[in-house]
Amino acid sequence: MRTPAFLIVCLAIAAAVFGIAIAFGNDYVFFAGYVVLQYVVLSTAWNILGGYCGYVNFGTAAFFALGAYSTVAIYKFISDNDFPHIVPIPVLMLVGGVVSGIVGFGMGYLTLRLRGAFFSIATLALAVVLQTLVVNWDYVGGSRGAYVIRPEEIDPIGNYIRYLFLIMLLLSVAAIVIARLIERSRLGYGFATIRDDELAAEASGVPTLRLKLIATTISGVLMGMAGAPFPYYISYLQPDSTFGLDYAVNSIAMPLIGGTTTWVGPLIGAVLLGSLQQIATVTISSAVNLLIVGLLLVGFVIVAPNGIIGLVHHYWQRKPEDFVGRRHVDADVPGAVP
Amino acid sequence: MNGGMSAILQIDNLGKRFGGFVALEGISLSVAPGERLGLIGPNGSGKSTLVNCICGTLRNEQGEVHFDGKKVDGLDAHQRTHLGLARSFQLPRPFVSLSLIDNIRIPLLYTVAVRGKHHDDVEDHCHSLLRKVGLETKARQFPRALTQVEMRKLELARAMASEPKLLIADEAMAGLTHSEIEDILALLVRLNEQGVTVILIEHIMRAVMSFSRRLVVLVSGKKIADGAPDDVMRDPEVERAYLGQ
Amino acid sequence: MIFSFDLLINALVSGILIGGFYAAVTSGVSLAFGILDIVNIAHPAFVILGSYVAYIVNATFGFDPILTSIVVMPAFYALGAGIYQVYYAAFEKRGQESLRGLAFFFGLLFITEVSLVLYFGVDYRYVDASYIGPTWHFGDIDLPLRLLVPCIVALLMMAALQLILTRTFVGRAIMAVAQDQLALRLMAVDPVKIKRIAFGISIATASLAGALLIIIQPVEPSVGRQYIGRVFAICVLGGMGSLPGAVIAAMLVGIVESLTSTFYGPSWAPAVSFGFLLLTLAVRPAGLMGR
Repeated sequence: MRTPAFLIVCLAIAAAVFGIAIAFGNDYVFFAGYVVLQYVVLSTAWNILGGYCGYVNFGTAAFFALGAYSTVAIYKFISDNDFPHIVPIPVLMLVGGVVSGIVGFGMGYLTLRLRGAFFSIATLALAVVLQTLVVNWDYVGGSRGAYVIRPEEIDPIGNYIRYLFLIMLLLSVAAIVIARLIERSRLGYGFATIRDDELAAEASGVPTLRLKLIATTISGVLMGMAGAPFPYYISYLQPDSTFGLDYAVNSIAMPLIGGTTTWVGPLIGAVLLGSLQQIATVTISSAVNLLIVGLLLVGFVIVAPNGIIGLVHHYWQRKPEDFVGRRHVDADVPGAVP
Repeated sequence: MNGGMSAILQIDNLGKRFGGFVALEGISLSVAPGERLGLIGPNGSGKSTLVNCICGTLRNEQGEVHFDGKKVDGLDAHQRTHLGLARSFQLPRPFVSLSLIDNIRIPLLYTVAVRGKHHDDVEDHCHSLLRKVGLETKARQFPRALTQVEMRKLELARAMASEPKLLIADEAMAGLTHSEIEDILALLVRLNEQGVTVILIEHIMRAVMSFSRRLVVLVSGKKIADGAPDDVMRDPEVERAYLGQ
Repeated sequence: MIFSFDLLINALVSGILIGGFYAAVTSGVSLAFGILDIVNIAHPAFVILGSYVAYIVNATFGFDPILTSIVVMPAFYALGAGIYQVYYAAFEKRGQESLRGLAFFFGLLFITEVSLVLYFGVDYRYVDASYIGPTWHFGDIDLPLRLLVPCIVALLMMAALQLILTRTFVGRAIMAVAQDQLALRLMAVDPVKIKRIAFGISIATASLAGALLIIIQPVEPSVGRQYIGRVFAICVLGGMGSLPGAVIAAMLVGIVESLTSTFYGPSWAPAVSFGFLLLTLAVRPAGLMGR
């Protein structure tokens, strides 16, 4: 399926989802759904660097928080200076995305020449450094946290939470389309060689550092964009929970459980695991919730390394690699050097 | 220092250490375009290290490497590949999540295309490359389905796919049968006739002697001989250091 | 920033003492990551586990935490050996350490921390011992025993480890397995078994390090996370597998952290070691005593 057609299909599905959500008549659906969609974006973004290139990012929370705190900073600036209009969320997402992208690029530039393990540890370090910076930066509330007032309504959608849900829905579509586009393009082939054997990739002419930087930046931008609307969603932003480990563990567990080799995996993982968690937080404590995610992660990684997609294909007697081996390069994509 | 006026590969006083261990010392070599050079030496003599330094997988601390008139010492491996330097790995390193044909496609996408050249039918071209090494029937399969020998052939085909000016074949023939060796040799000869300089690193003496017009011997990180194959093999130092074992 | 010589000296001293302790925490990572190339980012979680074990025994029976941790070491060793077995069978054998192995250890880190939260809650826990309160004074220099004792014990442990690695057959086999597995096999030594022993020792050190930690400061489950960057920074800075290097690097980190904390405030301390890490990785990945 060519990309434009795929995009239309996705938008149609998104419209249907939105319609169904409205039909429920209960705003809680939007609140819970927002979180699930957020994870769709985060998992898909993580997978671009993690699943496609093989570089594990433990600092999802850092990039997410960069987007969120960019919004807070702008919000503070606007309200301190008594500007009459609030900045529209798409603009905030752009800013959040750019900030995250720049940080991702910078960190990648410092650490991607080294082995994957060092990059991963560095991402952990980044999360802590950023958290420390934020906690010490009173402008965005420091350790006390920051309040962002969510507007009641917005025309023509009405309820603001529905607007946020719709935004995240569209961002999810964008993330999936981008991931699929990458997968089927020359870039996707390059990423796969990095994952399989970097030395051989270089010997074959693949500019591995450049590609890794591209992956890190795209991943960071998407994560930052996912974080930008968050302050409006949650109204009270606190460093501890924003930088929480649950973002890191979920954005890793969801693709690994769903399947890391294609865009379908993170989607499945996010929808399944995300929904389960939303249901579970009502019934069991969030700590038990996270424990289960951790156990599932370890379990799947040991027993089903190719995730749910892998299991499905195994059951159907086909190997996951058959699914991955592309038959052709998507002719839509120009063969220009990235 | 300028060996051959138009040497395609010029190595001057190259040295490489790993901590306290001296892997290569004072290696100087000049390869003319279109040459058929054989590189031999006992295990551990530094042959693969030399290849790695030439191709950029490792950085040499001492000395200089010039390829096609350009100094390549600071360049990344992929940049050297773009310039026309290709190598096969001694222990095959296929892209395991890609099919054979996709393995071949990678150098076409990332090296040949970068030079501005596009093949009209990429699929066909990949198939013909696989055919040259006898792997066409397995085009849609994955490296895990290959034997060691077949993986070496894939290795070679992938190196050839980048359309190099100089190809270094690092022990591509280990484990091959007599006729398979003949096939690979014929392949390399044909490649050479098309203008590709070939450096053959091998332990199979018969192949090396029949293919090489010039022989270089490496022992314990130093070059101890460099000349016509028959002369080199008669050199007492070579006999002592290499053949006498 | 009030600068006084007194403050400076004491900051230096506590930095050195804490550095000794950091070295003990890092020793497990030096073994696992520096020598065996196993990226066990869950190590700090096992240290915290050690802290809680010392806490329970101390709270229930009043036993000394350091002695407790030594008694419990065999259990930690067994845990380490078991974890390595799983890691080897699931990842190393299949060549999938990079993505899945890392995710595995991350999962372990996570499971350990959350389990501790579920069982003990998020309150800070501490131990009681005779040497936690008092402070020795040498002129203007304060030596709090709660820092001095762990430092001394830590250095003793490092010395013992170094002796094991350099003087015993098993220790030398561990060093060898990092360099040439084939040669080991030819000597009829099973590399997998050696690595299992090494990883077991690595986790066993966590038991003692945990006890030392809870002597120095009160502990709650998420404290481990601060140590992830620290231990890997120290490990890399110290030259990966080198234990003496780790001691030097640990003291360096301890001193810088202490100075930062004293003169700029404690809320900046976590960023210091991580900043160290990023800097080290960017500038000199081979560390101070590089391999």
